[in-house]
Amino acid sequence: MSKSYILKGGLLPNGTKSDIAIKDGLISGIGTSLDASGSEIFDIANCVVLPGLVDLHTHLREPGREDAETVLSGSRAAVKGGFTAISAMANTSPVADTAGVVEQVFRLGQEAGLCDVFPVGAVTQGLEGEKLSEMGAMANSIARVRVFSDDGHCVSDPLVMRRALEYVKQFGGVIAQHAQEPRLTVGAQMNEGIISAKLGLKGWPAIAEESIIARDVLIAEHVSSRLHICHVTTAGGVEIIRWAKARGIDVTAEVTPHHLLLTDDLACSYDPIYKVNPPLRTQKDVMALREALAEGIIDIVATDHAPHPAETKECEWQEASFGMLGLETALSIVMATMVDTGLMNWEQVADRLSIAPARIGGYSDHGQEIAIGKSAHLSVINPTASWKVDRDLVASRSRNTPFHGMEFPGVVTHAFFKGVKR
Amino acid sequence: MRHLLSISDLSKDEAVLILDTAIEMARASDGPMKKLPTLRGRTIVNLFAEDSTRTRISFEAAAKRLSADVINFGAKGSSLSKGESLKDTALTLQAMGADAVIIRHSASGAPVRLADSAWMSGSVINAGDGTHEHPSQALLDAFTIRKHCTKGGGDLAGLRIGIVGDVLHSRVARSNVLLLSLLGAHVTLIAPPTLLPFGVESWPVGISYDFDSVIPSLDAVMMLRVQQERMSDLFFPNAREYSRYFGLNRDRMLMMKPNSIVMHPGPMNRGLEITADVADSARSVIVEQVSNGVSVRMAILYLLLAGAPSEIGANA
Repeated sequence: MSKSYILKGGLLPNGTKSDIAIKDGLISGIGTSLDASGSEIFDIANCVVLPGLVDLHTHLREPGREDAETVLSGSRAAVKGGFTAISAMANTSPVADTAGVVEQVFRLGQEAGLCDVFPVGAVTQGLEGEKLSEMGAMANSIARVRVFSDDGHCVSDPLVMRRALEYVKQFGGVIAQHAQEPRLTVGAQMNEGIISAKLGLKGWPAIAEESIIARDVLIAEHVSSRLHICHVTTAGGVEIIRWAKARGIDVTAEVTPHHLLLTDDLACSYDPIYKVNPPLRTQKDVMALREALAEGIIDIVATDHAPHPAETKECEWQEASFGMLGLETALSIVMATMVDTGLMNWEQVADRLSIAPARIGGYSDHGQEIAIGKSAHLSVINPTASWKVDRDLVASRSRNTPFHGMEFPGVVTHAFFKGVKR
Repeated sequence: MRHLLSISDLSKDEAVLILDTAIEMARASDGPMKKLPTLRGRTIVNLFAEDSTRTRISFEAAAKRLSADVINFGAKGSSLSKGESLKDTALTLQAMGADAVIIRHSASGAPVRLADSAWMSGSVINAGDGTHEHPSQALLDAFTIRKHCTKGGGDLAGLRIGIVGDVLHSRVARSNVLLLSLLGAHVTLIAPPTLLPFGVESWPVGISYDFDSVIPSLDAVMMLRVQQERMSDLFFPNAREYSRYFGLNRDRMLMMKPNSIVMHPGPMNRGLEITADVADSARSVIVEQVSNGVSVRMAILYLLLAGAPSEIGANA
């Protein structure tokens, strides 16, 4: 691990041109004319150096569906996308609702060694929404779980949600809610709107998300707990979060790259590559999400990377699985939708994709400013280069990217995790 | 590739061409030689992944009257019931050299998947997919309306047509809204608000919750089948209340204007959306719809398959 590097000529998020020295896993120098003796030198002129990206919402499928993704393959995809920390969602088989499972996933991440893999614990046993899982044991395990989520399922019972929010306060945890009122979304296939009516696909109305967000921010306020809203997709949801934050409620929220770019009219092809939960919404929602992310009403971008084997997508829409890949395309999509549009600068990108998610997740070694003595988790992106997404070239074990064939700006050229190039 | 997947793929001229061709087909079928040699040597697969009687038989009769070889592939007892994927079924049919696949499927968009994918190269005809569309039904309905309510040619300009009942779950309604408005008719959807799709205000139709106020103005009343299980999904309180406000009974029929017709795509729930005396009345063209269906489907198959290039669905 005693490798040392010099990154020459890159730009820090604030636009300052500076060389960066990395030694023994730490940032050992910033500035010009750094001592390069014995170091491997990378010329990164015109590239932007970001603190290593942190994903708060990743499905790694291991244990249980290793045909779709493993902790190792997901880690590879993460590093390719510039992430140095990812959060393994709990909906594995078995569910990550015990210390044993989260420790297994944590260890698999350590063995892969490409980035930090922080397991997310289930809120309820078996994701069934009824009994609390052993969140204390998971918090005190070697995995040190702080983020709890039944993602894929909504913690729909308000009493269960209240208790969970209260319970995790004792170890500084946060409940990440998948906001989906189940009764309003029975059999739902896509955004409920003009397109779903035309296509004859059962609608997933925006109110099913908004009503849960509204309920949960009120519960969080009442019990003085910390709430995180997963994958916000609606303009109405943004408005409720805006209201809650103005009121001082301790709520954070995420948006996925795909909800910043894609809209529900893509379902007209009936190609389930566009089937995702929560569903793609309208252009109005997309614009509201972008603005909210720029403003900080939505705190972070999280990928909701959801690998699925081919046969679950090469079928009828209503038979297909929900979800799409996200890790390898996230930063490019943020650049296309937020930076190139003038909505955000690179400092804000660093915040939304690294600093803020690390803070929410309690990943104290990540999301640090780029400064001497900090852990050298760094991502380097060349914003002047572009690339074309090819599903046959992804590092993920699955190929279900809706971005196949699309050209995006921003190429991740290097990712450094613990001071080592990955 | 030439398909019939959705009415929205048709231009007005193409729709009229199908209806005109169907007249020719009906005439030929009435002649001494019922069978035309047009599609001799062509293989047409009836892929019915969802139960259907009249549509499957209608397409089969249409194909046989055009001398095509017809292979019936049903849900029960086939590889579909053994969990074969749509993809593998399509690859199999492709390998067997199907020139056209007529598909009925419970999943909205299944015919689009079949036609858009690289799975097969033959024509795909949508014979009803989920709650999406049922284009051949709409075409036979338009054919029937044209025969009874116009001088027999051209479009349906100026006609007022009511579609009554469970529009939300009806593929027949979706295709008819598109086709009848394309042909210039004024369509009114008559249903409780729970059975109208979200955003229906953007459709090219009028909307009414009051059957009695609309029925005297209609040239054709198209009743939709109401599934009994909708009651448990809270769409309406019970069958009696539904029938009272949205059923077509004798009293309502007496409010209809002269020469107006009563239609139903079948199968009917007698006593729920339509009473027996209405279904069997002189205004009812429900049985005739079935025989018109064969002529219209002959026209569809003829225009899609006889000779190249195809004359309809070029944009599909």
